[in-house]
Amino acid sequence: MSETIEKPYTAKDLETDQDVRWCPGCGDYSILKQVQKVVPELGIKQENLVFVSGIGCSSRFPYYMETFGMHSIHGRATAIASGLKAARPELSVWIVTGDGDALSIGGNHLIHILRKNFNVNILLFNNQIYGLTKGQYSPASEEGKITKSSPMGSIDHPFNPLALCLGADSTFIARTMDRDPNHLRDVLKRANDHKGTSMVEIYQNCNVFNDGAFFIYTDKETKAVETLFLEQGKPLIFGEGKNKGIKLDGFKPVIVDLTDGTAASDLWIHDETDRVKAGLLSRFFDSPKTEGHLPRPFGVFYTESRYCYEDALVEQITTSISKSGKGDLNKLLKGSNTWTIA
Amino acid sequence: MSKTTEVTKDITILFAGDSGDGIQLAGTQFTNTTALFGNDLSTFPNFPAEIRAPQGTLAGVSGFQLRFSSIEIYTPGDICDVLVVMNAAALKANLKQLKTGGIIIANSDGFDPKNLGLAKYPAGVNPLKDNSLEKYKVHEIDVTKLTKECLKESGLGIKEIDRTKNMFVLGFILWMFNRDMDNTIKYITDKFKKNPAVMDANIKTLKAGYHFGDTSETFTTRFQVEKAQLEKGEYRNIMGNQAAAIGLVAAAERSGLTLFYGTYPITPATDILHELSRYKNFGVRTFQAEDEIAAIGSTIGASFGGALAVTASSGPGIALKGEAIGLALMLEIPLVIINIQRGGPSTGLPTKTEQSDLLQALYGRNGEAPVPVVAAYSPSDCFTTVFEACRIAVEHMTPVFFMSDGYIANGSEPWKFPTTDQLPTIKAVFAEPRKEGDEKFMPYKRDEKLVRKWAIPGTKGLEHRVGGIEKEDITGNISYDPDNHEHMVKTRAKKVENIADSIPLQKIDHGKEKGKLLVVGWGSTYGSIKAAVNEAIEEGYDVSHVHIKYLNPFPKNLGEILYNFEKIIVPEMNNGQLVKVLRDKYLVPAIPFNKIKGMPFSAAEIKDKIVETLKK
Ligand code: SF4
Repeated sequence: MSETIEKPYTAKDLETDQDVRWCPGCGDYSILKQVQKVVPELGIKQENLVFVSGIGCSSRFPYYMETFGMHSIHGRATAIASGLKAARPELSVWIVTGDGDALSIGGNHLIHILRKNFNVNILLFNNQIYGLTKGQYSPASEEGKITKSSPMGSIDHPFNPLALCLGADSTFIARTMDRDPNHLRDVLKRANDHKGTSMVEIYQNCNVFNDGAFFIYTDKETKAVETLFLEQGKPLIFGEGKNKGIKLDGFKPVIVDLTDGTAASDLWIHDETDRVKAGLLSRFFDSPKTEGHLPRPFGVFYTESRYCYEDALVEQITTSISKSGKGDLNKLLKGSNTWTIA
Repeated sequence: MSKTTEVTKDITILFAGDSGDGIQLAGTQFTNTTALFGNDLSTFPNFPAEIRAPQGTLAGVSGFQLRFSSIEIYTPGDICDVLVVMNAAALKANLKQLKTGGIIIANSDGFDPKNLGLAKYPAGVNPLKDNSLEKYKVHEIDVTKLTKECLKESGLGIKEIDRTKNMFVLGFILWMFNRDMDNTIKYITDKFKKNPAVMDANIKTLKAGYHFGDTSETFTTRFQVEKAQLEKGEYRNIMGNQAAAIGLVAAAERSGLTLFYGTYPITPATDILHELSRYKNFGVRTFQAEDEIAAIGSTIGASFGGALAVTASSGPGIALKGEAIGLALMLEIPLVIINIQRGGPSTGLPTKTEQSDLLQALYGRNGEAPVPVVAAYSPSDCFTTVFEACRIAVEHMTPVFFMSDGYIANGSEPWKFPTTDQLPTIKAVFAEPRKEGDEKFMPYKRDEKLVRKWAIPGTKGLEHRVGGIEKEDITGNISYDPDNHEHMVKTRAKKVENIADSIPLQKIDHGKEKGKLLVVGWGSTYGSIKAAVNEAIEEGYDVSHVHIKYLNPFPKNLGEILYNFEKIIVPEMNNGQLVKVLRDKYLVPAIPFNKIKGMPFSAAEIKDKIVETLKK
């Protein structure tokens, strides 16, 4: 973006005069803070920023951002953002949503915005629970989840959000988490740089109704073995002291021990542009309780360059004008066949 | 053999056949020719619900009714003078529409045992052969055979030849009503530019049909309908949905806004999308969304961004949009919601007309959610009324319903079209950028009409948040304060009521200002009511007609008008909706008169009701 900012703004300028009303300790605070930190670095005029959300805890987000914002209705932020972007392609549009908002009631709009590839950023706060309605299982909750609406355990099989998005031909998918601010900011920057719909899943702790859902990926003791940080062109390495790697045996990812002589060059090298590998990565989704399970990947899984809906829409208009001239309303009113009554 | 020409003032002709027979096309072409000739006219296409219902069956019959005249007319005709039927099912389905002594033109090939069976005539019965049609003048023409004969050297296959049957019929009808073939030939030439063989075949068949009238001995009479004495000026023929589409483009131009049209395909609203998607050189942005909710969602986004945003659907789709309409109302942003009504509830009668969504438009949302409602009364009035819907939306910062229905959406009539400079301008009021030191922007600060300013992203210093949660007045911050909520509910209601100051007073369409009986209508019943009231007045009955375009808010003088009559009847193609609202609002003993058959009222039905009510 070649826009120059007359007066730079800071994270502080992005705070509003509204009290932040998430529960104390909620992961949303950290995400808000990182977004406020990162956005001023992106070279976007403050008045060109729009945050659109649906309904849910995460969807209160726009109220706390000193930008244009809309706290809309359940599940529809993606649809609303699509229209906004189609009408005003020059705006920087961010969608803030949650696992219930995006994957349940708004599931249809989610897959369609991904396929249409509007140039917007989607921040999906995944806490695997319905927080605002006080704790029912969500479409991202693990099987057998005991909640107020599932006292004997939920029967539903959960979505794998990133696999779903990849299936909908998303042009950018990434995962990050509330408790890793540096990583979160890096991913947000990458998402904003990507031209097309950027899908960022953010693991977010709901400390009231689903506390610790992701601790295994954030706690010091387990983080190293349970997480796999993806870096473009780098081998997939994880574990205590980076002692483990992932190798592809055909299409089967296998964990290898790097201490017994396997060379890093034999490992799976991360390539964000490889759709097949991104598909495999998105399937690194076993429950951490499963014996021999793969670590959970974080970072940019996949990115692809594809035309954006709004650009093609504007281009059709330009083409049409250059082909048949700018529309003449008088001609349109008149039509092709007229007669006169004298 | 010599042919005589009979001069007549007013003809109604119904073309009927399989939906694959090209009946709609033949009807439309005849309409265009007759419009160019200068007749007044009114059309009513009647489609089956299935695109390709089983051939030859009653379910598959498609009809196109056209009335044209040298006098002023308001409806496509209660009863037909001429019935053109391509097969037995078409005859069976439409015979009751034909006047005694009327003319039947039947494609005899469509009355073979198979077609008779499909039309459910008892075995061995052929209405063309058993004198059951004695009351009518029946002309059998073996269109299939004559078409084949005419194209036997064309090199075309049986199927392609068969497809030109409609042109034979059209040619014959053009002959019968003394119209030339030029306009149709021009149309065919244009349409089949890329396929000269098919072009030639269609023209050849058209001419064959025309000359068949001349040479065949059975037809001795042609008819002549002179030009109508319409108001002076330049006219075109227009269909309701087409008029609505053009009206939107005009409103965009006269407001200086970009038109954004977000919609999901649904009968009978989709033609507006088809039409608008061709107007890209007007800068129109059409968006075919994944569902009805996304369709209105996209328009809310576009409107938030400063576009003239419009969504359209029919009843079932409008039901899905309900929650989002409430959001637009809370955000206080302009939005036009088009409802091309059809038979309901649920999927109902998708291709048939009804006026049963008025209460949905007025009340069909959660919470106290008043939305202005305007309704078009004829095909060409869709232009004026949708333009007015845009004006109200933009100038009053509110979602607005534009109501039409299948009858006027697909129907057509001559239109004395305006020029651009005759159209009013629409004034959008945007909030201005703020400089450093200016006081904080108050998104819900209102003017004297209670309208807030349109504050669009990209405007410096206007960063603010809106949403569906109750707002504090002026600041727009979230507020759960009980007094504020009551205040805001009342304010939003008052804001809509205030629109009554910017709309014209209600006029009496026809009749005296005070009297025994007032017929009150809205929407597409206009033509039938007008024709009925005209006739009744001519016969000396004390009756007047009021047609309401502004259904929320009502014109300020409506109550006064109602109180000036002893009796009020309200004909509606529903089970009584406007009548409820009038009774509620004005405490008048208005009487409902309902027709819920998926078909418009005939003028005669309303006239009878007028006479009956006055006799009581
Ligand atoms: S309920 Fe959970 S997600 Fe919602 S604000 Fe509280 S902690 Fe955060």
